[in-house]
Parts: sequence; C-alpha cells; structure tokens
Amino acid sequence: MTVAIIQFGGSNCDNDVLHVLQDVLGIDAELVWYKEEKLDEYEAAVIPGGFSYGDYLRSGAIASRTPIMDAVRKLADDGKPVMGICNGFQILTESGLLDGALTTNSYPKFKCEWSYLRVENTNTPFTSMYDEGQIIRIPIAHKDGKFYHDDASLQQLEENNQVVFRYVDENGKPTEAVNPNGSRNNIAGITNKTGNVLGMMPHPERASETIIGSDDGLLMFKSMIESGRK
Amino acid sequence: MLYEAEVTINLKAGMLDPEGTTIKRALGHLGYNTESVKSTKRYVIELKAESEENARDLVDQMCQKLIANPIIHDYSIDLREIE
Repeated sequence: MTVAIIQFGGSNCDNDVLHVLQDVLGIDAELVWYKEEKLDEYEAAVIPGGFSYGDYLRSGAIASRTPIMDAVRKLADDGKPVMGICNGFQILTESGLLDGALTTNSYPKFKCEWSYLRVENTNTPFTSMYDEGQIIRIPIAHKDGKFYHDDASLQQLEENNQVVFRYVDENGKPTEAVNPNGSRNNIAGITNKTGNVLGMMPHPERASETIIGSDDGLLMFKSMIESGRK
Repeated sequence: MLYEAEVTINLKAGMLDPEGTTIKRALGHLGYNTESVKSTKRYVIELKAESEENARDLVDQMCQKLIANPIIHDYSIDLREIE
C-alpha cells in the first residue's frame, strides 16, 4: 500500500512522517502537494503537523478549504484511514471531517513536552495493536491544542467511543494537572463516527524510535497500515 | 454598488479567552485594574453587490463558510455603501 502525506505551505512534520513510514517501517509513502485534486492511488493519508498558512485566520482554517481536502474527504468516505497530527487535527476539525474545534491553550503558551496518553478505544484502524487502557508516552508541540465542543456534542463523542486518547498522568489518571492545554475531558485525540478518521494533537511520529526517547507511537502507524491492507 | 463590510468575530459567551486574560494581567502590571478584557477579530471586506441585502447575504455566507467557526464564534456584520 502507499500512504499519501499531504503537504501544505507551512507543513513541517511531513518529512518526519515520511521517515517513519519509509525508513522505520519500510512502507511506500509519498509527499503530496496540496494542489493535487485526486488521491485515488493511495490507501491511506496522513495530514502532518506544522503551521499551514502561518495559522492565519485560525489554525488549519485555510488548509481545510484547499482542493486536496476534497480528495481527502473522498478517501475518508471510502472508509480508508485518514490521520491528522497536530495541525493535521486542526485541519480535520476545520474541514468538518472531525467534530469540535482546537482553540488556544488555556495558558496561551507554545508547549513542547512529553505527555502521557491513555488509549481509550482500540477498535480503530490506528489503535488496534494497543491494549485498551494502555498508557503511552508521546510528545506534544502546540499552542492551539485545547479541544473544545459544547456539552451535548461532547457527550455524544464520549458515548460513541470517539475519544481515542486522553491526557493522563503516569498512572493513567486524567487529572487537571496533566492536561497541558485545557482540553475538555482531557481529550488528546478523537475519531469520526466510523472510526477511520483520527485527529490527535500529540506527535506519534516523534515517538517512533527508541533512540529519540520513545517508540510508543510506532504501533499507531503499524495499526493503520495493517488495517489498510485488509 | 460598492460596499464595505466590517465583520467582527467574538468568542461565544462562556468560552475562555486566553488572549484577553493575558492582556488584562499585563494591564494590571501597568497599574490599570480592569473588570475584564475580551479579544475580538475584525475583518474589513470591500465587495460589489446588487443591493445592500445581497451584500449582507454574501458576507454572511463568507462568515459561515470560512471567516467564523460556528462551534466557537459569534459574528456580527456592519455594512455600509461606499460608492
């Protein structure tokens, strides 16, 4: 299978994702410029992190209205895995492929640090190789990462098991102290209703080799590739 | 007709406004005590339209499709003919 890594002006984690897929996992992956209108030859897509369009208007807002996002939407509608990391998550919410919005951190500072996440749902193409409740260590790097949605929609997300990752402490408790940005319900990542579109603020591609501190994120890409092969 | 629309984007009531809070704190450091500071964004758009109603309708569509995010924002449109 071949994975498309979508590149916008201002994407900056594109080559990191390419490195993990190609060099660490030996998977075919290609960088695809945002002006492309078709993604028919790809089995999955990753929207990487960065600062597309300088975060003008709102983080992810401009990128979400580019031609390639129609192709990403088609891929998602066909049930193929689509994964948005950090700015990619912001782009997916702005495009309506995922619910909610990412807003400025409660304490409005760019935060780049390790975080612990609890895997809340293993019944997704991205988490099938993890154990339910597993605690993984993956870094964050953002200023606009506070997940927000109104009470009723939040309840829906929880009831549908769309919350995939939550910020927790080392022991797996989702406390306020370890919530890095003020996200409602300590939400770090969610999927769409059908589970094949994932958005998350933490960066699994920065935690895919032990030499850089953690390879807890690697299983996410492995799971995605396994599910894409089926 | 040429119109100028001033679009003001506000965070919905009850949402935290970290930028406003930070400015309030900085004002405090300068000795100004304020009850609250809220941040807003304002865009000024010039456009041609057949009528004021038509212009307002177009700007409203722009707000819904791009300029505002309905999950977190309220917006208002102030429109005037400039030609």
